[in-house]
Amino acid sequence: MTAPVLSVEGLCVDARTPSGAHRVLHEVSFHLGAGETLCLAGESGSGKSVTSLAIMRLLPKASLRVAAGSIRLEGRDLLPLPDRAMRRVRGGDIAMIFQEPMTSLNPVMSVGAQLTEAIRAHQGAANAAARARDMLDAVRIADPARRLGQYPHELSGGMRQRVMIAMALSCRPKVLIADEPTTALDVTVQAQILTLMRELKGEFGTSIILITHDMGVVAEMADRVAILRAGRIVEAAGVVPLFTVPREEYTRTLLAAVPRLGARTGLEGPPRVTAAPAHEPPPAEGPVLFARDLSVSYPGPRNWLGLRAPGHRAVEGVSFELRRGRTLGLVGESGSGKSTTGKAVLGLVPFAGEVTLDGVAITGLSAREMRPVRRKAQMIFQDPYASLDPRMSVGAAIAEPLAIHRIGTPAERRERAAELLRRVGLSPDHAARYPHEFSGGQRQRICIARALALEPKLIVADESVAALDVSVRARVLDLMLELQETMGLAYLFISHDMAVIERMCHDVAVMRGGRIVEAGSRRAVFENPVEAYTRELMAAVPVPDPTRRAPRPPNAA
Amino acid sequence: MLALFARRAVQAALILLGVAAITFVLLYALPADPAVLLAGRNATPATVASIRHQLGLDLPLPVQFWNYLVNLLHGDLGRSFNQKTAVAPLILARLPATLTLMAAGIAIEVAIGLTLGVIAALRRDGVVDRLVMTLSFVGVSTPQFLVALLLLYIFAATLGWFPMSGYGTPAHLVLPAFTLGILGAGWYARVVRSAMIEVLGQDYVRTANAKGLSAPRVVLRHALPNALLPVIAMIGIDIGQFMSGTVVVEAVYGWPGIGQLAWQAIQQVDIPIIMGVTLVSAFAIVLGNLVADLAAPLIDPRIRAA
Repeated sequence: MTAPVLSVEGLCVDARTPSGAHRVLHEVSFHLGAGETLCLAGESGSGKSVTSLAIMRLLPKASLRVAAGSIRLEGRDLLPLPDRAMRRVRGGDIAMIFQEPMTSLNPVMSVGAQLTEAIRAHQGAANAAARARDMLDAVRIADPARRLGQYPHELSGGMRQRVMIAMALSCRPKVLIADEPTTALDVTVQAQILTLMRELKGEFGTSIILITHDMGVVAEMADRVAILRAGRIVEAAGVVPLFTVPREEYTRTLLAAVPRLGARTGLEGPPRVTAAPAHEPPPAEGPVLFARDLSVSYPGPRNWLGLRAPGHRAVEGVSFELRRGRTLGLVGESGSGKSTTGKAVLGLVPFAGEVTLDGVAITGLSAREMRPVRRKAQMIFQDPYASLDPRMSVGAAIAEPLAIHRIGTPAERRERAAELLRRVGLSPDHAARYPHEFSGGQRQRICIARALALEPKLIVADESVAALDVSVRARVLDLMLELQETMGLAYLFISHDMAVIERMCHDVAVMRGGRIVEAGSRRAVFENPVEAYTRELMAAVPVPDPTRRAPRPPNAA
Repeated sequence: MLALFARRAVQAALILLGVAAITFVLLYALPADPAVLLAGRNATPATVASIRHQLGLDLPLPVQFWNYLVNLLHGDLGRSFNQKTAVAPLILARLPATLTLMAAGIAIEVAIGLTLGVIAALRRDGVVDRLVMTLSFVGVSTPQFLVALLLLYIFAATLGWFPMSGYGTPAHLVLPAFTLGILGAGWYARVVRSAMIEVLGQDYVRTANAKGLSAPRVVLRHALPNALLPVIAMIGIDIGQFMSGTVVVEAVYGWPGIGQLAWQAIQQVDIPIIMGVTLVSAFAIVLGNLVADLAAPLIDPRIRAA
């Protein structure tokens, strides 16, 4: 093997806390060979982003500091470099792209200005504009001359990430650090960006450090993988050996928790997790949730006379029904109208069409009339950090729905909150604590307990596990399955993640542009998709198996 | 952009109409009868009646308001009771002095506030930051007349660097302009500091650093324009503060602007002048906000699109 482009040896990073230094990165060492893609994979808090910022020397000075180790770029240690020399390395020798393309570009500067600025910073002013156009061309952006004059808000998320990549590669860096570059993108866009990165790696001869939590992306992209956990590398290996014969227990757990599309091919419904008798609703019983011709449009902006412009139709003519003990999955990409549908059936946004919740037609009900109906349906949101009041104890948060609907005495409500905490796998002692004392997975359990407080028949789960690490996600999904089996809950399960939908649902509706394009039993939709769009969605999901990855272009490096 | 301008212009016109109506009603709520005031102490009821007829005060109220508006559109603000001349030329003659004072005041306010705010944000929680925040607190909480007297005592009476009062040379402008600007500077320093701290934590600032740009370029080219948006909105609102500030400052420094004119008119119950100054001030405030509204999209392309 030739000399590594980048080698990190014994890197330690300390966090400054009021109680003294606290080590967050312990002796991390790895090498990146020329033309190689190294994946740093791990769950939240594993130290993968800290590692990348340390290499760029962009750690926030007030809170994080490199305590020991060396970072060598072609043999030269970057840590002792003076600032001016380090600036030449940043963007020149090592470039970086980030997770959030929506916020990573300056909103008040044109795409062209931001691109040429990067080129000028390292390669002088000569024909920077022409070079910028060539770079947009290289990242397969059509009509690059026009795009140069546009501003970030005029571009889609995928397009912005292409601009970020063009900016990063514009000075032909030796190393590209990509920190979760596709996590915020739709799955079909993710597939395009990953392909683009693979192709450009060859064209530009860049080595890549790819940081991700998604083992599917690792399998698609990596030559070698380092698994991080709590600031340490637990296992480093070539991608094929890592997936086929993982040495460490943690790696095995991580891989086992990854949902695989096609895992339930040939099986009916979600897996059984309890011995409770299956809920077979008597056919005479009506659906818990019924929607016919449901439409939602958001009003347009007012013109200067105060008149409304025609609105944007978020959902158009959607129909479905959901019975007791069953799960209907709404799957689609951002802007498909799946979340809006979820809000509409709870009466949270104005809608047109017919919606029946447990036999009550809710179309046109006033807020007051809606109240008793609302008890029957609850919602679990995506972000367990934002959906709990930080100043309200967990017990009070769970009991609040009961208090709002004036159910029971305060003592009874406390008793019920304790019982619900036990029900979702937490301890009743936790009731007195506050949300910040809990992890993301525990918080989502608390949100589930709160949703269960009113004994609803329907739970709308909007991307409820999207913010959780895979290992935690699997346990929360199992809890939801268990509650369904024992309590006969109906779930309207909204997700962009095809693998999660496959695991959880009896029936599936695929949404696009506000309409349901394909619906049916989970088996029918997943095993014999009729629509091209459904097939496209399924094909775009990264497969967590490096031996089955898409054919790669020849390595030009 | 054009639609935005049209919408704002219509709103501005409606606000001015409202101000005209309110000042007109206030005039009639006053206990003083202008005809009696004009006629003087020894006038007979017949003289008062004839003056009343002459001024159109015997007409029904809506007709009077209509005439008042028509006159306004012709630039006629009525006649001063005491000075026996038209109000519009009186105000017009004094406007340059006040506008000069305000422009200098705003320039000082923004220059000091912006510089200190940016420095404080970059040195967050450091000694410089604490010093700036303390100073700005003192600046914000000191009454304007006190600042005026202090500046006069130190720089005019004791050091003799600047004249005590008067108008005409740039030296005359310095103390009044600083008196006007210092208070706002403290306020601006705080707003700029918090806006900058927020912007410096944004992802695109990290991107700019990752490109290898120099620190001044990251701060001036990437962070500052984003932090300026709230400041621009503030300048628009600030014009009103400035108008009332000029009354005090012009009185203390003997600055011959419309603030001083208003001050004298209030003492003499010279209603047409008070109304004229009120309208001109309202016009300046509305215009200031209009300019701020139209300046924001120049910086922020997202507003331009909306």
